[in-house]
Amino acid sequence: MGFWEKLMKLDRRWVFLLIALAVFIPFLKPLGLPITVTKPVQDVFDEVERIPPEGPPLMISTDYAPATAPELDPMFYALLRQCFSTKRKVLIIGGLYPQGAGMAQAGLNFILPEFPDVKSGEDYVYLGYQPGVSAVVLSMGEEIRRIFPTDAYGVPLDSLPMMQRIHNYDDVAFMIDLSGSSIPMIWVMYAGARYGQRIGVGTTAVSAAQYYPFLSTGQFIGMLGGLKGAAEYEKLIMKKGYTKAREIATIGMDAQSIAHLLILFLIIIGNIAFFASKRYRKRKLKV
Amino acid sequence: MRRKIPLTIAFIFGIVMIIQFFIPHPVSRDFYQTILDWIVIVFAFTYILAVTSLIRMHKGKIKHKKQGWGFSYITIISLAVTAVIGVVGGAFQPTQITTWLFGRFNLQIEQSTILMLIYTYVQIPMGATMFSLLAFFIASAAFRAFKARNLTAILLLLTAFIVMLGRVPIGMLITRRLPEIFQLSNIVEWILKYPNMAAQRGILIGVGLGMIATALKIILGVERGYLGGGD
Repeated sequence: MGFWEKLMKLDRRWVFLLIALAVFIPFLKPLGLPITVTKPVQDVFDEVERIPPEGPPLMISTDYAPATAPELDPMFYALLRQCFSTKRKVLIIGGLYPQGAGMAQAGLNFILPEFPDVKSGEDYVYLGYQPGVSAVVLSMGEEIRRIFPTDAYGVPLDSLPMMQRIHNYDDVAFMIDLSGSSIPMIWVMYAGARYGQRIGVGTTAVSAAQYYPFLSTGQFIGMLGGLKGAAEYEKLIMKKGYTKAREIATIGMDAQSIAHLLILFLIIIGNIAFFASKRYRKRKLKV
Repeated sequence: MRRKIPLTIAFIFGIVMIIQFFIPHPVSRDFYQTILDWIVIVFAFTYILAVTSLIRMHKGKIKHKKQGWGFSYITIISLAVTAVIGVVGGAFQPTQITTWLFGRFNLQIEQSTILMLIYTYVQIPMGATMFSLLAFFIASAAFRAFKARNLTAILLLLTAFIVMLGRVPIGMLITRRLPEIFQLSNIVEWILKYPNMAAQRGILIGVGLGMIATALKIILGVERGYLGGGD
């Protein structure tokens, strides 16, 4: 058996080990690779910046589960930091499927200790989860209280100072859906098309490709695509001085860079081994 | 009769909801809002159906000692324990029982409820672990199966190379001295904005037309699959 044939039969645990090292080492020693901000990310940032402090809220829907949290959590954190440090109000929906409700609460638990002055009901309202998917989105277009009579903690919305002037999408400045699935399309179809809500999306790198048609038509104002999108947003809020917290997505991008390089290297080696062993077999047959 | 009633209901509501959409009268809006309330209520009941189905499936696995039946016990017990903790202890805000218990034993938890504690320290790490395993399998599969066997595979390989490198900062770093048009991030943007978008639009238009056709078939009683029974 030739060298290339041996390589073709390489135990996959060696590949696993290489990937583990490629991911771990940049986490231990960040490379600080440059991040360039792309237009879809800048558009989301600018749209949030246009919301006047103490004005109508930014609505965030956490339509994601723990599986996609490494990509979407940094976006949620960055958006909360941007709003809380600039006195912008935030209306949070725990997603259209139950998993997102836990993600929203976990995100709040993570960020709130950085902002001791931020209060539930005054600076942000967390609505929790209601079943119904599209019916929830449509109902909110008529009256938020009808579908969410209380916030996630059981406090009636009418008693919350922030909710006094918020009734439906007309009172929401901008909405961002964080999702690793096709749920953002539901927001576009029902909240965007029917009620004219301005919408942005934060999604996983895998899902980003499917939203380009909506981006080009303006149905999505902007998009944060994958960990890269989150890292770009972190860079923007850092530049504005909104936070000094550890940039988790930016550090993650170093690991992702090395992992991508390694996968490309493995594909090249795999192809060379494939064609070399094919030639070796042909030659052997001739002999 | 058992089929006629649901078919009639589907026809009447389908037609009425289409008409309602074009009439912005208060009566029409009230009707619309009531229907939305009904949808939410019906949707909530589907969870009962889902839990019943899950329990029935795992009960069957345990009964017939199918492969991995021991895990079915873990699923059912986890489901029961989490549900009880959620209902008795509260989801995001501790209930009176939790507050009393915590007070009695002088306990304090950072996540405010036990359910959130379970979610944060059990479900989130488990979900993230399952998904992160994908990186290892993708790398192994790419090494073994991603071969330039023909023209289509070569095109796919080239695109994958450009997108994988262009979506990470190292790709930017490699091509930063080249003219803007040849920089990887710009090539990736072009791929996503044109060839990708053309394909996505085609798919979306196809899906949209399919949805309209299916909805019409259901309203008119041509498509009856949702009634069950196999016809």
